[in-house]
Amino acid sequence: MIKKRVVLTFPHEIVSQPVVYHLVKDYNLMINILRARVTPQEQGRLVVEISGSKKELEAGMNYLAELNIDIQSLARDIKWHENKCVHCTACIPHCPTDAISLDRDTMKVSFDKEKCIACELCISACPYQAIEIVI
Amino acid sequence: MKTYKEINEKIRKGEAVVVTAEEIIDIVEEKGTKRAAKEVDVVTTGTFAPMCSSGAFINFKNSTPKIRAQKVWLNGVNTYAGLAATDVYLGATELPDEDLLNKVFPGSFKYGGGHVLEDLVAGRHIKLRAISYGTDCYPKREIETVIDIKSVNQAILTNPRNAYQNYNVAINKYSERTIYTYMGILRSKIGNANYCSAGQLSPLLNDPFYKTIGIGTKIFLGGGEGFVYWEGTQHNPSVKRGTNGVVRAPAGTLAVVGDLKQMSPEWLKGTSITGYGVTLTIGIGIPIPILSEDIVKYTAVKDKDIYTQIVDYSKDYPNGVNKSYGEVNYKQLRDGYIEIEGKQVPTGALSSYKKAREIAEILKNKIKKGRFELTKPVKSLSSGE
Repeated sequence: MIKKRVVLTFPHEIVSQPVVYHLVKDYNLMINILRARVTPQEQGRLVVEISGSKKELEAGMNYLAELNIDIQSLARDIKWHENKCVHCTACIPHCPTDAISLDRDTMKVSFDKEKCIACELCISACPYQAIEIVI
Repeated sequence: MKTYKEINEKIRKGEAVVVTAEEIIDIVEEKGTKRAAKEVDVVTTGTFAPMCSSGAFINFKNSTPKIRAQKVWLNGVNTYAGLAATDVYLGATELPDEDLLNKVFPGSFKYGGGHVLEDLVAGRHIKLRAISYGTDCYPKREIETVIDIKSVNQAILTNPRNAYQNYNVAINKYSERTIYTYMGILRSKIGNANYCSAGQLSPLLNDPFYKTIGIGTKIFLGGGEGFVYWEGTQHNPSVKRGTNGVVRAPAGTLAVVGDLKQMSPEWLKGTSITGYGVTLTIGIGIPIPILSEDIVKYTAVKDKDIYTQIVDYSKDYPNGVNKSYGEVNYKQLRDGYIEIEGKQVPTGALSSYKKAREIAEILKNKIKKGRFELTKPVKSLSSGE
């Protein structure tokens, strides 16, 4: 069983298709949707955790690639620029997974990529443009 | 009881006992105020937060032929040029003319006056554009040139209101949607609470009646040396106070001034507040001379004894309704959750406690090494006492 967190970017024409249904039904994959957003006239973005056997996962990824869906691993998606962070904590109450956390003794903010689900709530909360989404 | 003169003599000899506003807490707890006042000479404070009502006077070298600049932009950000031929005031919250503002809500406000100030301090090149109408003595009508911190004659950070003594905790009680305020992003149904003060490290919370901080006090400002030049705008010492004398709402403020050429981008940062605008985040540190037992007692104030008010920014604040949804202290705020109407609400700050601590430490070391002496105010701020 392999688990993978990916950001899927759907071209406009694919947005209306039941892609996740096919991943579950045809490729026997377990899908945990972490975040989904479709903007009108634009692309769709889906942040998912996909689990399955190596073979099934590969087949599912090929299916996505055939549909021209862009696949990126989640870890690369959100970048915390430590040199720009002033450790003010404005982002702290907005992070739903404690990916951004605060050591209450040192009052130092840190970022754990593994916990990040790329919800992007921290990006607009940061006054110093220290958190960036890398597409 | 000590005098400024005696303390400065000790500083010059490298013998002064200097501790931060955090360290003094344990010292007073352990030794009592009497002994602490005798043994400690200076307590250093610090704060690092967005501080509106900031900006700089800049005098740039004139062109040939000369211009009496009527309108001046720095990196596209409008300045106030109605001072003289080549003097401008660049305000921290000023935006470029072409900024989208909140047309696509919430606006991101990526660049403005505060960022120009940071770029300037960082030594980066700044595009200057000036226009005028032409006079006999200043015939030039338009210039476009590049300036930097070294090429300008003077750059003087002059902030009419900084270092607020305490501030509101902001919540969104009434709006159905997330709101975007100068106190940050506030989610509906009191989804979070934002505060902005260094609490027990904050300068004016350690000198609640302005007994040592006054006009002429030398301070750490943006990494350089600055001075308090007046009480700040909106200075209001008459708010309610606790039995310890500490204000329980926004109160005193400081007007500060200093040479931008000495400062560092580490302690002056352009700040983008989503949906609101831009400003400047500033590091300020102020030394407090321990002249008496009273003064040491004030500096030993703890986060748990500093209270502030919870204010709604969705309906009350915009409409000038002065209402509190409870009082909380800075220990609760810094621990991460406060209780509002029976609900545990996560807290976030705009003020960096970590940086405030660093500033108090830097100032402590400067004084210990004899590189920063204390000044006696030439006039006190109004104290409301």
